[in-house]
Amino acid sequence: MMLVQKPGMLASVQDLGRHGHRQVGICPGGALDVLALTLANRLVGNADGAAGLEITMGGCEIRFDTDTRIALAGDDFAARLDGTPIWPCWSIPVAAGQTLKLAGANAPGAKKAGLRSWLAVAGGIDVPPVLGSRSTDLKAGFGGHQGRALRKGDRLALGRAALGAAQLARRPFGLRGPEWEAGEGESAIALRVLPGPEFEQFTTASHALLWSERWRITAQSNRMGSRLAGAELKRKRSADMLSSGVIPGTIQVPPSGQPIILMGDAQTTGGYPRIGVVIRADLWKLAQAPLDGRLRLVQVDMAAALEAWAGQQRYLAQVAQGLAAAGWPGPA
Amino acid sequence: MSGRFPLPRLHPLGDAALLCELAPPATLAQQQQVWALAAAVRQWPGVGEVLPGMNNLTLTFDPVAIDVDALMARVNEAWPRLSATAIEGRMVEIPVAYGGEHGPDLADVAAHTGLTPAEVVRRHSAGEYVVYLLGFLPGFAFMGGLPPELATPRRAEPRTAVPARSVGIGGEQTGIYPLVSPGGWQLIGRTSLELFDPTAEPPTLLRPGDRVRFVVESVET
Repeated sequence: MMLVQKPGMLASVQDLGRHGHRQVGICPGGALDVLALTLANRLVGNADGAAGLEITMGGCEIRFDTDTRIALAGDDFAARLDGTPIWPCWSIPVAAGQTLKLAGANAPGAKKAGLRSWLAVAGGIDVPPVLGSRSTDLKAGFGGHQGRALRKGDRLALGRAALGAAQLARRPFGLRGPEWEAGEGESAIALRVLPGPEFEQFTTASHALLWSERWRITAQSNRMGSRLAGAELKRKRSADMLSSGVIPGTIQVPPSGQPIILMGDAQTTGGYPRIGVVIRADLWKLAQAPLDGRLRLVQVDMAAALEAWAGQQRYLAQVAQGLAAAGWPGPA
Repeated sequence: MSGRFPLPRLHPLGDAALLCELAPPATLAQQQQVWALAAAVRQWPGVGEVLPGMNNLTLTFDPVAIDVDALMARVNEAWPRLSATAIEGRMVEIPVAYGGEHGPDLADVAAHTGLTPAEVVRRHSAGEYVVYLLGFLPGFAFMGGLPPELATPRRAEPRTAVPARSVGIGGEQTGIYPLVSPGGWQLIGRTSLELFDPTAEPPTLLRPGDRVRFVVESVET
């Protein structure tokens, strides 16, 4: 068991998402950074699809009642286990009674680098799957722990760890996590984007602005979408659109002209023009990008998008190889 | 067999999804062709989720298993051969308590349409509707078939919390909110039926292609 002593701003149980139900309006949800949850799970010997915690802006405290092993990925929010600093993408033994504390995003010492972190615990968080997933659907109020964000005092059961007692207790080790490439002299995080189905409906000037603007991520962002502020994007003429499918990464432009990049909890269909779609390989960066941080959208073609995805799969394969060499169970 | 409709416009939606879109206006005949396409593509290797929209269809695919160009060619090849009669929806009757606290906007709809509230109820419940798609929320059905004279624009200020099971009119569509959610549709009544139950199989009362009739349970004007 683990006890939530402080959930922070928003913490919820998430796995790789609830797939196959979009046609009845159920969003995929799941960890907004699938790459981070996957890495954290592998570091504690879990299957990639095990449920972990998605923690928003730190400020979270968790006490473990059993000997186990944990890994954090994403921002670490100056995480400490009983006062000892731990780092993202490290695999850390935990003894019963120890407490993990993540500083709040604005606490002294916090790097203010990211927005979210993902915590995996050996055995995964054992909540009942609903419609094939343990993810919390916060909007519809089901899945995860009682269909809601975690509160102080919640107790979460853990599944059976794949690691033996000796492996659980093994000394900490880490791996090199993915990094975002900002580019020389550039602080804005680059997201690669394919033009969307309604790209041509926008003015030439808006096309240029889309790629040149340093977009600010506003505080109105959440698990449904990242709202951006910057130049005003305009269509050649305004025409109503019929409801049409949207997926995480879709960049919608409502009449305000300020783009919204949809995330895992977004509705399944939308009626705003889709100027572009962030490629799958870069969605993790958006999930971690801090509020008020800057984004740069970079146009790529399909070949580049697929190569970026393949590169991420190669990285995951290397991780699996390294962990196998260390005697950890393979990803399942 | 030659196709009844021109080929859909195809456009990738990111690196692992494809949009297939028909020219407007949306008609039931076109929507039936969309459902037939949905039924066909579900059988194809490499295709993941299939999401009908209004007059369009989005499918997700695994680009390692099927190349987007090959997928587009396959859609174009299948399209003229589709049989649009393949989907036969069920008839679902939905009891509605119209007006009063259940339908706080009934008077506004009456004022906009120039009808009496009782006449709005009579015409809304006289029609037969078709579920074009489910989206927005789990189990939220976008239905076509609203009598044109009942069309009423969405509220200028959307409510922050529409009660679950509210029946509303949004422009030329009617629908039911399965869950408490923000929403801008004009609320004319409420049903006692559950539209979404994640523990049920299937989890939603309505499916695309279903036909719906609203049955007057009570009216408060």
